Amino acid sequence: MIEGITIYEILTLTTIIFFIGVYGFLTRTNLISMLISVELILNASVVNFVIINKYLYPDVLQGVFFSIFIIAVAAAETALAISIIINLYRQISSVEVKDTEIMKY
Amino acid sequence: MNIDYIILIPIIPFVVFLLLGVFHKRIKPAVSGYIGVFGLLASTILSFYAVYQYFFVYGKVNEIYQTFSEKSVWMNFTETLHIDMGILIDPISVMMLVVVSVVSLMVHIYSRGYMKGDEGYTKFFAFLGLFTFSMYGLVLATNLFQIYIFWELVGVSSYLLIGYYYTKTSAIAAAKKAFIVTRFADFGFLIGIMIIGYYTGTFDFETLNNPEGSAILNWAATSFMGLSVITWALILIFIGGAGKSAMFPFHIWLPDAMEGPTPVSALIHAATMVVAGVFLVARLFPMFYFVEDGFALNIVAYVGAFSALFAAIIAITQTDIKRVLAFSTMSQLGYMILALGVSGYEAHEGVGYMASMFHLFTHAMFKALLFLGAGSVIHAVHSNYLKDMGGLRKYMPVTNITFLIAALAIAGVPPFAGFWSKDEILVAAFEHNKLIYCVALFVAGLTAFYMFRLYFGIFWGKDTAYMHKPKESPLSMTFPLIILALLSIVGGFIPFSEFVTADKSGFQAHLNYPLAAIAITVGIIGVALAWVFYKKENGLSDIYAKAFGPLYKWAIDKFYFDEIYLFITKKVLFKRVSAPIAKFDKKVVDGTMEGIGNKTVVFSNKIKGMQSGKVQDYGFAFVAGVVVIALVFIYLWTN
Repeated sequence: MIEGITIYEILTLTTIIFFIGVYGFLTRTNLISMLISVELILNASVVNFVIINKYLYPDVLQGVFFSIFIIAVAAAETALAISIIINLYRQISSVEVKDTEIMKY
Repeated sequence: MNIDYIILIPIIPFVVFLLLGVFHKRIKPAVSGYIGVFGLLASTILSFYAVYQYFFVYGKVNEIYQTFSEKSVWMNFTETLHIDMGILIDPISVMMLVVVSVVSLMVHIYSRGYMKGDEGYTKFFAFLGLFTFSMYGLVLATNLFQIYIFWELVGVSSYLLIGYYYTKTSAIAAAKKAFIVTRFADFGFLIGIMIIGYYTGTFDFETLNNPEGSAILNWAATSFMGLSVITWALILIFIGGAGKSAMFPFHIWLPDAMEGPTPVSALIHAATMVVAGVFLVARLFPMFYFVEDGFALNIVAYVGAFSALFAAIIAITQTDIKRVLAFSTMSQLGYMILALGVSGYEAHEGVGYMASMFHLFTHAMFKALLFLGAGSVIHAVHSNYLKDMGGLRKYMPVTNITFLIAALAIAGVPPFAGFWSKDEILVAAFEHNKLIYCVALFVAGLTAFYMFRLYFGIFWGKDTAYMHKPKESPLSMTFPLIILALLSIVGGFIPFSEFVTADKSGFQAHLNYPLAAIAITVGIIGVALAWVFYKKENGLSDIYAKAFGPLYKWAIDKFYFDEIYLFITKKVLFKRVSAPIAKFDKKVVDGTMEGIGNKTVVFSNKIKGMQSGKVQDYGFAFVAGVVVIALVFIYLWTN
């Protein structure tokens, strides 16, 4: 519970971050930027968990624990994604999305 | 009577078959020949032991030969209807054991000489083992289905052995023809079995053949098109038998089957497999006799008589010595079948049945001898045709004498084996049906004539100049000839009527002197005519052939039955029936299915652009979907 700030303002903020992430994921041409966008989406949801826990059910901690899980999973996922991107770079010397269309059809 | 050891009789050749078949590349030819011969020798000894045990020790109880059987249920359909596997011991199966053993052993020994140096020597002995196993299984079968299984197995071995020279086109064609024609006839057999199973509720021979049993007593229960269904079933079963025994009109495969090696012709297409049809009718004889007062049996008699006559006429004109023997076999099989057809059941009434089995026995011996003799001649001359032979008596004394004995036996000259059995057949025919008697008598004359035409043509006649001087065959080939010749001499003195009869109680058969005298006279006339025509080379035979004109031409071409079959199959069946059906299948059935497939391919080609491979397109589709679903939920909630 933060003084002077309502839950609606924080939820508005996380929604904005979430859709920035979605927009970035759909429009960036670079795989790294796409990865960063995905991180934005994840962070928005982590903040949502914490805020909803704090504002609506202050006497329990499930939302906080869940956010820690998500951070751990996001770290692992990022490592995985980076390794895939590095391998891809070794194969085609590029991290551009348009160069990864060789598997279509 | 302990009959457990009898199971070994078929098992031994089967083991030989597996051994030689699996290891045919590794076993040396010399060894494989011995394995085959000794395996068969063991089976033969066991068979003779079984004969001794059955006929002289245990078989007879109260002057009637008992039937012993041992079986285990194999497939259950209902409480009563089940298929068993087992062995059945009664006079005819024991007699057939001897026939199969002796001929097969002789052929095995003979093949060691005849097939020497052949590439597939081991394979040949393996096939012989398979055939012998199947034939034993056929004669020992306890029920209709078991006999059907082995029936098809002998068909397969026959197919394999006819097509043994598989690089020769004619041999392949002959093998296929034999298989398809007999298979076609077996279809009738199968339907007959199913009808019997449905209406009598059993396949078992002992139950079916019991004259007081329900199968025979209730024959009139159901009728179809004016005849009892059981009669129809028996006629259908006889069609199967006619196919295997090369009866008219299924005879076309037998002459072509001579493309196989000669020992095979002797074993399968003269002595054993082709008598399976006769054996089948004999096996079901009480049914044939009692159901509908022997209506089916009458058909059997006429088919047999016609085939005997038909084949004998063709045999006179053929020039390939193996084909002459093939038609002679067909004619003699017709003899056996007609003897069954005119037979009664009780004691002396059953003389036809006894005579048929007797003739089967003696015929196996002398016809195998004739074929093996012919093989010996072919081995020496390297030709099948009479025109390449002549004067061979100087070069091949053993073959000459044994062939002469066999020819005398088949011509019905006493005291050789054929005379006794043929005489009994004529007696049976005379007592029951005068027309069939006349046909049989005429055929006897024809038989004597064409057999001695063959004999004089090969061993006398013109002195052909041979490129390589023919020489007598080795001992491995002449030894079986001598043994079979001895059997052809003494075989007729076995008092068959005391052992093998329709009602299983022996009786005393007496020679009917007037009928015997007529038969001998006819036989002698046949021999004498052949003597006049063919002993020395003279133009007489050609002149008489011309006198018969078109009839002679027809007989040479086997009355055009092959052509008729070809016409029916190629011109009528293939062109008018099969071709339109094939067209329908290709155009309509396949067309529909292919159309569906093609349309799917075209459609998917059109929409495959959606799969762009761009990960962001997929992402957009996903997000858009989520948004749409979210909007739908919001809409539903708010209303």
